[in-house]
Amino acid sequence: MDTTTWSRPQMAARLAADIPEGWYVNLGIGIPTMVADHVPLEREVVFQSENGVLGMGPAPPSEQIDPWLINAGKQPITLRQGGAFVHHADSFAMIRGGHLDLCVLGAFEVAQNGDLANWATSENDTAPAIGGAMDLAAGSRRVWVLMEHTTKEGRSKLVRRCSYPLTALGCVRRVYTNLAVLDVTEDGFTVLDLAPGLTRDELAAKTDAPLHFA
Amino acid sequence: MIDKIVRGIAEAMAGIADGSTILLGGFGAVGQPDQLIDGLIEQGARDLTIVANNAGTGRTGLARLMELGRVRRIICSFPRSVGSVVFEELYRAGRIELEIVPQGTLAERMRAAGAGIGAFFTPTAYGTLLARGKETREIGGRPQVLEYALGGDVALIEAWQADRWGNLTYRKSGRNFNAVMATAATLTIAQTHHVVDLGALDPEAIVTPGIYVDRVVLVPYGERRA
Repeated sequence: MDTTTWSRPQMAARLAADIPEGWYVNLGIGIPTMVADHVPLEREVVFQSENGVLGMGPAPPSEQIDPWLINAGKQPITLRQGGAFVHHADSFAMIRGGHLDLCVLGAFEVAQNGDLANWATSENDTAPAIGGAMDLAAGSRRVWVLMEHTTKEGRSKLVRRCSYPLTALGCVRRVYTNLAVLDVTEDGFTVLDLAPGLTRDELAAKTDAPLHFA
Repeated sequence: MIDKIVRGIAEAMAGIADGSTILLGGFGAVGQPDQLIDGLIEQGARDLTIVANNAGTGRTGLARLMELGRVRRIICSFPRSVGSVVFEELYRAGRIELEIVPQGTLAERMRAAGAGIGAFFTPTAYGTLLARGKETREIGGRPQVLEYALGGDVALIEAWQADRWGNLTYRKSGRNFNAVMATAATLTIAQTHHVVDLGALDPEAIVTPGIYVDRVVLVPYGERRA
């Protein structure tokens, strides 16, 4: 039987469903940015963008784009009622001072101890770019990773130990992939949810770390 | 009478020395002082250290300054982005030094410099390549990395409104690094889209008080580089 996998919008929606009203949340570049599309405006979640925007709203129609209003991915955005602008040091004080309830990041690898690798693919990477990832990973109250379960070549991105340069040690609390939702616990990865039709064995075969089932 | 408004870009850039460390505001193109960067290209200072979030795109502005061989070293968080071709060429050829700093650490190092703080400990980057060779200490049960203040000889920034005392406001996410860099340099030069009368800015809304600002040059919105 063919197994179903979650599409990227479905992954984003699955994660968004777990964000309660009132949380302050930073979304990383890439798939994590899609999470905002799946939080209804009436559930008041306050999105922070590290370039100094608190209370980020959806993308504007093209005729309403303001060249001075972008997110960290450099896309045009809007500001919601109640939103505020701050400078970079204040923005990172929010991040590094533990004021964000959640940060959602993409990743190259997540290890079973919560180590995160998401910025460089080798020690000799030509001019790797870190941006705010290390600050977000070290400073947020929770880090959830949203990523494909495997690489394009089929290699598991959930691993026993990261082989790529680390972004932060032991910071990841939960992982949402196209195949499963997993918590990082003291015992390693614990599966909370499986894509419809996927069996435990099939998931284990695609994961390069031991799995526990809740 | 205090009057920090200068008449043109050349006057704004006067006296920037070879070997200077230049703090360059902006996050990508937003809040970037385009005309001041062009002024720096014109002005001729070389052997520069540039502190900026990004390492330039295309072949204009910061990328042009680098292409002309005027930048010895760049300190930034995100050098590689869409169109950062000049930086990548120079870096591959070993013709530019790069120091990568996590974005929050970069902002905080400048904040510290502006506030007279010599260094600080932060958990950011602990256990990673970017902490290699740095002093660490466990504080409050958490291992942390020692990071030193980062000040500049010159800050080039973009404001939205200014008065003759150098009080500044910014526009939306254009505030970004500008307000921090204004505090962290010996000579802070702002280009502004509007000059208003002294007293016209709401004191509750001034983001950068004039004490941090040395020169202001009017570059209205319409003259922004396309």
